[in-house]
Amino acid sequence: MVKMSGSQALVQGLWSEGVRAIFGIPGGQIMPVYDALYDSEIRHILARHEQCAAHMADGYARASGHPGVCMATSGPGATNLVTGIATAYADSSPIVAITGQVAKPFIGKDAFQECDTIGIVTPITKYTLQPMEPNEIPEAIKKAFLIASTGRPGPVLIDIPRDVQTGVSDISIPDKVEIRGYKPHIKPHPLQIERAADLLLNADKPIIWSGGGVIIANAAPQLRAIAELLLAPVVTSLIGKGSFPENHPLSLGPIGMHGRPEANKMVCETDCLLAVGVRFSDRSTGRFDEFCQDASIIHIDIDPAELGKNKKPNLPIVADVGIALNELLAAIKRKLAKREETAWSKRVEEVKEQFQNGSFGESKGYQPQIVEKIREILPSNGILTTEVGKNQMWGELYYKVIEPRTWITSTGLGTMGFGFPAAVGAKVAKPDVPVVDLAGDGSFRMTENSLAVCVDEHIPVTVVILNNSSLGMVEQWQRLFHDKRYSAVKLSGSPDFVKLAEAYGAQGFRAQSIDEFGKVFKEAIKSEVATVIDCPVASEEDVFPFVPPGRGLKDVLYGAEGV
Amino acid sequence: MRLNEKLYTLSTIVENKPGVLFRTANMFRRRGFNIESISVGTIEQDGLSRMTITVYADEDTAEQIIKQLSKLIDVIKVNVLDETDIVKRELALIKIQIQDSRSLTELTNYCNIFRNRIIDVSPDSMIVEVTGTPDKVDAFVQLVQGYGIREMARTGITALQRGSKK
Ligand SMILES: Cc1ncc(C[n+]2csc(CCOP(=O)(O)OP(=O)(O)O)c2C)c(N)n1
Repeated sequence: MVKMSGSQALVQGLWSEGVRAIFGIPGGQIMPVYDALYDSEIRHILARHEQCAAHMADGYARASGHPGVCMATSGPGATNLVTGIATAYADSSPIVAITGQVAKPFIGKDAFQECDTIGIVTPITKYTLQPMEPNEIPEAIKKAFLIASTGRPGPVLIDIPRDVQTGVSDISIPDKVEIRGYKPHIKPHPLQIERAADLLLNADKPIIWSGGGVIIANAAPQLRAIAELLLAPVVTSLIGKGSFPENHPLSLGPIGMHGRPEANKMVCETDCLLAVGVRFSDRSTGRFDEFCQDASIIHIDIDPAELGKNKKPNLPIVADVGIALNELLAAIKRKLAKREETAWSKRVEEVKEQFQNGSFGESKGYQPQIVEKIREILPSNGILTTEVGKNQMWGELYYKVIEPRTWITSTGLGTMGFGFPAAVGAKVAKPDVPVVDLAGDGSFRMTENSLAVCVDEHIPVTVVILNNSSLGMVEQWQRLFHDKRYSAVKLSGSPDFVKLAEAYGAQGFRAQSIDEFGKVFKEAIKSEVATVIDCPVASEEDVFPFVPPGRGLKDVLYGAEGV
Repeated sequence: MRLNEKLYTLSTIVENKPGVLFRTANMFRRRGFNIESISVGTIEQDGLSRMTITVYADEDTAEQIIKQLSKLIDVIKVNVLDETDIVKRELALIKIQIQDSRSLTELTNYCNIFRNRIIDVSPDSMIVEVTGTPDKVDAFVQLVQGYGIREMARTGITALQRGSKK
């Protein structure tokens, strides 16, 4: 035991959890922690808005697999974190948020900058903690990191009253903690694995649907081995892009509303679906009742509540996806040495051929070409984040993700403004790989102030703005479903993004053609300063194919005609 | 109660600490599940409480409720009590109006038949304690409705499985 303050205990505890970077903004009720940070080797990255701090922590977590940490003061600092926490929660990303709170005697007295932070974030966190004595802090940190990063990961918030930060006490940092109500299921039932292997081996048209859970569990190699052994094609969820190399012959790409048409098509034809680390989101499945209605469904997930929540599987398996896939692979290997080409694998090739070099009947648009150019130039370990809107959907359709953790996008919550700060966090986690945010002008404007962070902290990320001077995705829906009644979607009055970048001390380029884009993009990803590339594009160019809301995956539209 | 729905009694052991009831109730609200009754109290083991939650639900919804409850980190265990082999009790305090001496005599008789206790009597009202199955409490409430119920407080159901099952 050592005499120290709660704040010192906090900083030491974070260090011993392996935290080397914190994203945050100080303020009255968290100042004692910032004072302790002054003496620490932990790097603090000063965000310009707490929402960005939370997204940075999230980007850090998704790129590295380790929890990201963000910090804010009480009241408005804490409420500004909310969008970032909700985004991380929706995508099961492990972040630890630390907030200051008014001193204990002031709690409940409507003190200055008091708010019920825990009350506000309870529905969007995996857990919350509020240490009430300095010597409770080390255990709270241990619990927070354990809960955030194990089982189905998610955000955890620690709310610390100011007097608990300043209080001095005999404190020791525990090696481990016991949480009696928390036993994340780990091992699959062997009999269920046997059954899954039999179902898959007896199926004529097996398909694998791989999700974010496979990336979280670092289980991409096992998944690939199973697919190759069974000659089963692989589709992914939007967040699962990268769990299987999209340049692999068996890859069909993501399914869903803006999924690849070959993926949506084949998932409608399968007789056995192996769904791994997915949560049957309506954006992926379309109408639940039509989804894989004639197939037997095997669903593997670590969260028991996901099994049967949206769609009842024929074979539910609660397990750590990594362990389950290892055992499933072993079980399949015991029964099958090698599979030669099947009618199904030939069909896969044929359908892929039909769509791959894919213009879906029309000539390929300009935005898709930019996205493909990014892929062409970015190395396979380069990281692409996206904003939300058409930019994200073009990324989904045309950007082939090859390695896990190199595609970072807000899927569950669909948060505009996520991509840029998430890219900053990812770059802090992986300083040696190029990190790029594929943005729309609307989204970029929501968190563009992170440019100051990039410049100040020497975090050279690249932002590619598909600038259509419009809230493009909303415009597309108004065009298709609201009789072209364009309501509140024009974004006139945006600044010149090249000058904006320069005003921050960053670098700005404008690219008027694919060739120009390729040239400046190559320069940007090697640059020592953050770069914004403004690509003027036509707002009329819409994202197709598209499965309209409320329809099944077979109802793919290739243009406005079918609406 | 809708078609396919039935009553589930979820005997839930939770950490006895601040915020647990909030998190639990919030889960029900957020996912659109409806709590029929809930009662909370400490149990024989230190630091733990029992929440006895009853819900009307179809099988799939009940399964989701149980899984979502179990997922909460402060929830140690969820037992679905077997409705055919259960001891269920509820306590109600009922303040009933006394209009005249005849109604006083009648109410006193009813209390005897139901084995209720009369806790307090004033010139124009009495407070009755009813303990028993929810059905018994319902029956008594219905019986005395005509006399005028001024106030009532019911605890909600608490329950244990019979015998050695735990
Ligand atoms: C924070 C937030 N506000 C609103 C929305 C609703 N929304 C979805 S897409 C979109 C337009 C996005 O515009 P932009 O970033 O310019 O991208 P584009 O669709 O033009 O590529 C809007 C407003 C959202 N997803 N997130």
